[in-house]
Amino acid sequence: MLVTGPRTRTVRRPRYPVTREIDEQTGLGEAYMRSLVRTQLRLAIRLCLVLAVVVAGLPLLFATVPAVREQEVLGVPLPWVLLGGLIYPWFVGCGWWYVRQAERNEADFAELVDRASAPENDDRSGVGRRPPAPPGKDRA
Amino acid sequence: MNAAYGLAGVLLVVVATVLIGVLGVRISRTTSDFYVASRTVTPLRNASAIGGEYLSAASFLGIAGLILAYGADMLWLPVGWTGGYLVLLVLVSAPLRRSGAYTLPDFAEARLESMAVRRVASVLVVLISWLYLLPQFQSAGLVLRTVTGAPVWTGGVLVAVVVAVNVLVGGMRSVTLVQAFQYWMKLTALTVPLIFLLLAWRYDGAPGLSSDEPPRFGDRTTVAVGTAVTVDVTAPVHVVVDGRVDGRDHRDAPLTLNPGRHHFDEDTSVTFPAGAGVPHVTGSPVTTDHDWALPLDGREHSLYATYSLILATFLGTMGLPHVLVRFYTNPDGRAARRTTVMVLSLLGAFYLFPALYGVLGRLYTPELLMTGRADAVVLTLPGRLIGGVGGDLLGALVTGGAVAAFLSTSSGITVSVAGVLAQDILRGGVRSFRVATLLALVVPLGLAIAARHLAVADVVGLAFAVAASTFCPLLVLGVWWRRLTVPGALAGLVTGGLLAGTAVIVTIAAGPPAGFAGAMLSEPAAWTVPIAFTVMIVVSWCTPGRVPAGVARMMVRLHTPETLDVDRGTWRPKRV
Repeated sequence: MLVTGPRTRTVRRPRYPVTREIDEQTGLGEAYMRSLVRTQLRLAIRLCLVLAVVVAGLPLLFATVPAVREQEVLGVPLPWVLLGGLIYPWFVGCGWWYVRQAERNEADFAELVDRASAPENDDRSGVGRRPPAPPGKDRA
Repeated sequence: MNAAYGLAGVLLVVVATVLIGVLGVRISRTTSDFYVASRTVTPLRNASAIGGEYLSAASFLGIAGLILAYGADMLWLPVGWTGGYLVLLVLVSAPLRRSGAYTLPDFAEARLESMAVRRVASVLVVLISWLYLLPQFQSAGLVLRTVTGAPVWTGGVLVAVVVAVNVLVGGMRSVTLVQAFQYWMKLTALTVPLIFLLLAWRYDGAPGLSSDEPPRFGDRTTVAVGTAVTVDVTAPVHVVVDGRVDGRDHRDAPLTLNPGRHHFDEDTSVTFPAGAGVPHVTGSPVTTDHDWALPLDGREHSLYATYSLILATFLGTMGLPHVLVRFYTNPDGRAARRTTVMVLSLLGAFYLFPALYGVLGRLYTPELLMTGRADAVVLTLPGRLIGGVGGDLLGALVTGGAVAAFLSTSSGITVSVAGVLAQDILRGGVRSFRVATLLALVVPLGLAIAARHLAVADVVGLAFAVAASTFCPLLVLGVWWRRLTVPGALAGLVTGGLLAGTAVIVTIAAGPPAGFAGAMLSEPAAWTVPIAFTVMIVVSWCTPGRVPAGVARMMVRLHTPETLDVDRGTWRPKRV
């Protein structure tokens, strides 16, 4: 006996797995690819901008604010402390942060593709938003 | 410094390098072993090898020399060389590995599906590599001369021979082992003497660098002029000369040097009294210690020069052929990123130290400002500050590190250039690789011997500028921009290459003219890089019909994580 709830929207799943859409370069496949590339590019640009602001800003700071140039930290001039010491751990920190973010983006993309590629269920009861069960699990 | 100890240091490193290289020989028989170490290299070893290869004579000797001569502005050089790796990581590391290309010309062909672009890329790889090798050979000459008094060309020849042996016998595989060993060796060779030098400095009362006068000789100092040099004397000084000054011979005779320009010939020794001002080489800035320690007070147009340097180093790293070749030994894109971060850490650790040598040199070996061989400061400090056998041993250690520096970088560059020459210009295969190795070494060696001596870090900086003006736009736009076209890429490469190349030739051959034009030629990146990018973009916009047909597939290949099962196209690099 089929019980239907109120008509709610089911998730429209693509007819083919997304990987096939990508392979055949359909509109949907292209959309997925563009979104991946855009996400990664945004991450890259964000980090490069931060890098640019700091790296381009320091000479400007030194040029325009003499007090900064002459400031001393434990007897060592501040420019030497920054450029000769602190900037290196900062680079490494930025690098690790970037790797984590980029890997997370890729994992998200892979999950998105896998999710969208899972085989269709015939279940059309109201809870259409539930993520698709992994194949094989619901077969009692 | 005692010549025997120094020579022992040199020989030890050379022998160790050749031995370790030869050990890898029994494994490298096939062509693929010759080119990319068959991808069976562990991540830490790979990162150490990349770091070892990257740290050339410019890093080991050149930074300290430039800081001694020009002060705080030169701190940007090691910062840029490290930051360039960060930029490489962020913008191109994983996609480049995923492209499957072994070399830069491979990537150019794969991405743009054009042999014309590939050929231009090959030519540029060869030129950049030669430009990078030239200062390594000159530096080797300087080291050998400082240590043993041998003529300057012997150092270059020695390095060329050792590199040729290593590369011909083992190809990439043995070079990997050599490089990994050499990073740690270089780090040790640089830091151990530094510990003792700093102790000696403390013992000396930890003198600071805040005087308001130009450098002076602390004690009565005898300066041995290795190669002919012209200096500017600012105040009259009574010296004792043994050699040829201003065209006249003197044999241990007293002489009064009046203010003005004086020329000292080779093998002249000049003894200055304590407290005399140090004459500087004509053309180099004379700064008080106080100003020397401040940024933007050294060279003329220092703000422009600083920004141009920053642009060249941050953007040029990704375009260096020997950097990319070793990159491809990672198993996948994820590993490529992680290895790159490891390299970043190794480099950062190393670059904390050369600047300290420059500072100590300013205090204790100011005569290097007069001989024009500031690059020798790392070698001369141990003997100067720490007397006796200890100083000799430490000097030998640091000399060994310097030799390791040029051997490793020269090997790495030679392998990558030989690969490109063999693949794209000769026929390909093991024998072509061997011929190409010799070709890759002989040309820069000849140039190094014929050309006038230049600061090693300056010439390396020029190589970075060329790489930043040519391969950086190609890689960045190729990886991220679908609409890059073949004419656009060609136009950008040629424009960037010609502009930067001209600046390089003028600077090396004739020396830059004075004034802002001179600054623009000696540090060209600030204008050549934007122009190259603009040309590449604009020409691509104007030729939309020439977008490569397989660009969508290429984007999939470059950006999708390996875990996904998608069609990545069938392009493979030419060799197995």
